[in-house]
Amino acid sequence: MRITQGAFSFLPDLTDAQISKQVEYCLAQGWAVSIEYTDDPHPRNTYWSMWGNPMFDLADPAGVMVELTECRAAYPQYYIRVNAFDSTHGWETMRMSFLVNRPTEEPGFRLVRQESEGRVVRYTLESYAVARGPEGQRYTA
Amino acid sequence: MNAADRQAAGLPPASPEGLSETVDLAAEYREAGIGEVLEGLDRELVGLVPVKRRVREIAALLLVDRARRRIGLATEPPSLHMSFTGNPGTGKTTVALRIAQILQRLGYVRRGHVVAVTRDDLVGQYIGHTAPKTKEVLKRAMGGVLFIDEAYYLYRPENEKDYGQEAIEILLQVMENQRDDLVVVLAGYADRMERFFESNPGLKSRIAHHIDFPDYSDGELGEIAGKMLAQWNYRFDAAARRAFDEYITLRRPLPHFANARSVRNALDRMRLRQALRLFEAGATVDAEALTTLTEADVRSSRHFRPAPALSVINAAEAAT
Repeated sequence: MRITQGAFSFLPDLTDAQISKQVEYCLAQGWAVSIEYTDDPHPRNTYWSMWGNPMFDLADPAGVMVELTECRAAYPQYYIRVNAFDSTHGWETMRMSFLVNRPTEEPGFRLVRQESEGRVVRYTLESYAVARGPEGQRYTA
Repeated sequence: MNAADRQAAGLPPASPEGLSETVDLAAEYREAGIGEVLEGLDRELVGLVPVKRRVREIAALLLVDRARRRIGLATEPPSLHMSFTGNPGTGKTTVALRIAQILQRLGYVRRGHVVAVTRDDLVGQYIGHTAPKTKEVLKRAMGGVLFIDEAYYLYRPENEKDYGQEAIEILLQVMENQRDDLVVVLAGYADRMERFFESNPGLKSRIAHHIDFPDYSDGELGEIAGKMLAQWNYRFDAAARRAFDEYITLRRPLPHFANARSVRNALDRMRLRQALRLFEAGATVDAEALTTLTEADVRSSRHFRPAPALSVINAAEAAT
């Protein structure tokens, strides 16, 4: 099951040229771009691991692309996303986030139904990949 | 254009390789807009004749290279990393800014900004600190020009544990692998740079253009002073101008003489003295008085007083 998180996730995966263009847009807005990765794709998992510090004061997407290449080499089977943080007063938040890397095989989520008092059923999503093993052993090519 | 068309147009037959396209270099030159930058360089920078010629050469090389690529002649992308050698205040940073503009207009760098750094920005203070620091600077400079001032401080042979070497290695790697993304300019004193390159042959071999910045002559410094003042809406009166020429001859042999930078600092002090003079006079002032630096403003510099006399004057001032 293809994970759809962040911008552009219903489109085919972006090429590097397209990623570079998007980053260029972010930098033109004055946003700080950062790269994060994880192998727990649950939608509630908002805190992904940071790949280096957020990159402030960049003028050109080449710097981000260098880091992305390195991150992909280190974590080819992880989800990797690019975030753009707007530090202007009143925003101070992520303005854009999109996936730039995903594992070759994405087993998706299991819907767990827990029967509760009376006729109540509690639903929960559980990632097959996360159930498969601890961090670092969830997705293997 | 096929062969028949060429004959009809009175053009020579296409070259044997079939590269029939022509490129109008003059038009390319106009379109790229580097003419303005080169003219600006000529107009706004005083002296520096050899430097201007080298910049012109580099611009011509890049223009021709671009034309060659356009008509499909295989060409190795030119190496653009440079080294600027010269004494302080000879315009190295200013020229770096202009070169960045030229490179940007010709499409060799994407943004044309200049990131000026020194050893402190590249080298860390403890193990593992240098690489991220250097990389961050390199990322900031991508798409433009990285100007490393006093680059020889990166290499400290007397301390083998120095982290400078690590920064140099990362720098070399990026200079080699990401030539499209970044142009590196190393700057510093000529003799020290020479020694630096000797101990880092890898760096020397990756730098194609060595540009030497000569010291300004006294006359040129006077001209620079005039231009600086004009920029700030000030001017010398005739006597002050003569006094300033004298000032330059007195100042040059003293330690820490930094060409145009010394001129700038001297002018700043003269503006201070002018302001104090006007303030203490207390009279109403007109634009003329506000913009003119007089001989007295120049001559009250301590360089006009013989050194031993200085203490006497101070003592006299203290006594009154």
